[in-house]
Order: sequence, then structure tokens, then C-alpha cells
Amino acid sequence: MQDAKGPDQLFQRALAEGEILLPKCDDCGAYHFFPRVLCPHCHGTAISWKQAGGKGRVHTTTVVRRKPERGGDYNVCVVELDEGVRMMSRVEGIAPGEVVIDMPVTAFVGEAEGVPAVLFKPSEG
Amino acid sequence: MTTELRGKSAIVGTGHAGLGEAHGLTAYDVMAQSALAALGDAGLKLSDVDGLFCTMMEDSMPALMAAEYLGIQPRFIDGTMSGGSSFVNYLTSATMALDAGLCDVALIVYGSNQRTASGRLVTASRPPAYEAPYNPRYPISAYAMAAARHMHEYGTTREQLADVAVAARAWAQRNPEAFERGPLTREDVLGSRMVGDPLTVRDCCLVTDGGGAIVMVRADRARDFPKAPAYVLGSAAASSHRQISQMKDFTVTAARDSGARAFAAAGVTPADIQAVELYDAFTINTILFLEDLGFCAKGEGGAFVEGGRIAPGGVLPVNTNGGGLSCVHPGMYGIFTVIEAARQIRGDAPGIQLKDIDLALAHGNGGVLSSQVTAILGSRNTL
Ligand SMILES: [Zn+2]
Repeated sequence: MQDAKGPDQLFQRALAEGEILLPKCDDCGAYHFFPRVLCPHCHGTAISWKQAGGKGRVHTTTVVRRKPERGGDYNVCVVELDEGVRMMSRVEGIAPGEVVIDMPVTAFVGEAEGVPAVLFKPSEG
Repeated sequence: MTTELRGKSAIVGTGHAGLGEAHGLTAYDVMAQSALAALGDAGLKLSDVDGLFCTMMEDSMPALMAAEYLGIQPRFIDGTMSGGSSFVNYLTSATMALDAGLCDVALIVYGSNQRTASGRLVTASRPPAYEAPYNPRYPISAYAMAAARHMHEYGTTREQLADVAVAARAWAQRNPEAFERGPLTREDVLGSRMVGDPLTVRDCCLVTDGGGAIVMVRADRARDFPKAPAYVLGSAAASSHRQISQMKDFTVTAARDSGARAFAAAGVTPADIQAVELYDAFTINTILFLEDLGFCAKGEGGAFVEGGRIAPGGVLPVNTNGGGLSCVHPGMYGIFTVIEAARQIRGDAPGIQLKDIDLALAHGNGGVLSSQVTAILGSRNTL
């Protein structure tokens, strides 16, 4: 993806380099996610990329129950970042059932299903 | 403000096939048997059908596959795919097509063999790219996260969710067409296997085979058929997202909008509705839709369904056939909400037939709370 052009390619290339970029509209100033060629709020097409602050809160969460021999239970959640966008992810480092709504979390670039992905861990302090 | 389409079309036939298990049959076989059953109910033949409204789980061109299988060349086709709500949505397009003279006999039809074919949800739909890596179990993880948020914001309890399943089972126990008719208590639901917290397997719809079909004509012809017609008084659609991570408020669905417009089109209010048929893919759905359609206030859905209040003999008859939770759920349940609403009005409900039903509501849900479509059906007395 050396010559990445599209919004998805640019997001994925940054992620592969360990960076979380978020699309921000030049016209209305709002962030959005997932990346796309227009702003879903004002429909402007001038979009810039900003480094994500990485802080957010769990908006809602579930535990996917899975047999131990297939890898056991895991967390699936939706996180709202301080920038105001939401994304599906999971919180790692604690038991899946310990993830609760409104919990402060910090983003990091990890791996999910063999591809670079935005994951979260409980915020410290 | 009612619309020009109020009462312009009517359901004159309903049918189904392969409910539960349809051994040895394909999804299209079940679809075709359902079509024949509905046409038989209306006293019509397949060769009378000139409008086809159909989608299936298996293909990207299911309406064409269905027309070919049935051996018809319809002059109007709608295959809009908004998930399980599609079949409620077709009430709008069929009414428009009939009213405009684009067709004279509209057939809405669906069929599935997912239970005997694979035992799980079959779908041609691809997992969304920004969600797939996290392996949400589709679709339960989405509904589980909506339930979790409702519990967090409004104090809704797992017991209240369980009571939705218990009420559905009580209706199903009186319906010989229902698939699950054994006893079910609140404790059974709470104690069954957890699938996606806070939902247990008994908070989830069935996985069955089955198909359904509806025959519609213009209202001016509707009295020329064997049974009483059910008129379409109002229908409206609204959608809010496709991926669950894009849902703005996990406790409010677009049913608030579709419901308000359907009620306005029909010129009636929730208090007028005598039978409520909701797409209950999961127990949280019933609570969300009762709130969003205006049967109770936001946040009060849990208390509204508690302790048999929507069961037989309760304050409001909801999912009188047993719903997707206990009657039938062949991948997409939407058409069965319309069929049961129409049958209550026409007086041929398979289970508990409520007395003198003039107004019934059918509500379809599609995707992951993504698409909401509400329809209000009425008897001749409501025209
Ligand atoms: Zn903008």
C-alpha cells in the first residue's frame, strides 16, 4: 500500500505502521468513523487526517461465549473516543466480563484476525 | 394527516409452508409452496400474479430466481433487501404499484430451509469491514450490546427480558402451528446457556425452516374474494444505520419514526391497536419496539412486559402467534408479522383468535436494529 489513495487504504496503511488516524472534516470540524470520501455530518468532501488521542470510554459491551477448546469467551464492545467517534473493538488485559459501560479505556494498535487493528486496554489511574 | 394510499390495497390471501422443519426441500421449494398456499387462500392462480415482491437469504438476485421458479413473468418486481423488514416494506411498494395500475395481483413471498440445511442463520451478507476483525457473532452481539445499554440507562432487568420470552411461549402453546410449545418459565430463560451477555439462548429467536406469502389487490376488488380482506391503512419505513457500531443511540430505534408516520397515515393511535405483531428476533426487540412505537414511554418497556402483561389475558396482546421466539423464525421473520396481523383481522388466526379485531399492527426489523418498517392493517369497519 505504498501508493495508498482511498480513505480505507490510508487508514489501514497508518495502522500497519502503528498509528491510529481519524478523519476530520475541514468544513464542519467534526470527526467521523469509518473513513469515507465525504463527511457524513455536513457532506463536505475536504477531509484531513488527525492522530487519534487514544482516550475513550466503553459505550456498550458484550461477552461472546465460546467453548474453551475453541479459545474461550471474548469481549466485543463499542468504544466512544474523546473525538466523538465510535468504533467496534475489544478491551484486552482484563476478563471479558469485567469490561463495563462507561469504563475509561486507552487505544493501542494490536492484531485481530491476523490484521492490524485498534484495540483497547483499561486506562490507568 | 392520512395519506392518499390509506385503505387503497387489501390482503386477500395469506399462506405458509414448511414451518419448523421442511426436510428435503430447498428454500425456493418452501417459497413456492407458500405462494401456492396464499393464492389458494385467495382463490387465485399463479398465472394471475403480475406483481412479485420477494427477497431471500441465499442469493443476490432472489426475486428473479423466484419468478423463474414460479414460472411467471411479472410486470412489476420489487426485491428491495432491508433484512427481515423487507416484507413489511413491500406492503408500501405493493400498494403503490397496485394503486398506479402497474400490477393487479401482488404476491409477497419468502422461504427458507436454514434449519434443515445448516442449523444456523444462512446469509449472503458480508460482515462489515470495520467490525469483522473483532468477530462479533452476527447478529446476536449487536442485540446484546443494545440490551446492555438499555439495562445500563433504564435499569431494565434480565428478568424483564425473560418475561418477553415467557409471554411469547404462552401464546405459542395455544398455536398448533408454533414450533416450540413446551413450558417455559422465567427461571428457565435465566438459567439457560448464555450466548452473548446479557442474552441467553432463550432470549434468542428460533432457527427454523419456513415460508410465508401474502396476496394483495386493489381495495375496490377486495370484497370479491372468499374471505374478509385486511386493508393496509398505513405503512412507513425508517433506517438509522447498517453496522451496529454506527447506531447513534443504542436504546432508540428508527421505529420511533416509522411508527409515527404509519400511525399518521392510518389516522389512528397506539391506544386504538388491538393486536401487536413485532419482529422479536431477541427479547430486547419487543421492549424497544413497544417503547418506540408509543405503547409505553422510553425506558418503561421492561415494566410494561413484566409478569405476563403481554401474554394471553394481559393488558396488550403482543405476538399472538408466539413470535420469532417461539412460533417460527426462518432467517427472516418479517412476513409473519403481517400474516398474523392479517389473520387476526380476517378471523382465521391459527392459535388464539382475538375477538372482533379491527386494527392490528405489524412491525418489521432488519439488519441489526437498522431498518424499521411499521404497517397498520384494518378491517372493513376502519375504512
Ligand atoms: Zn463536515
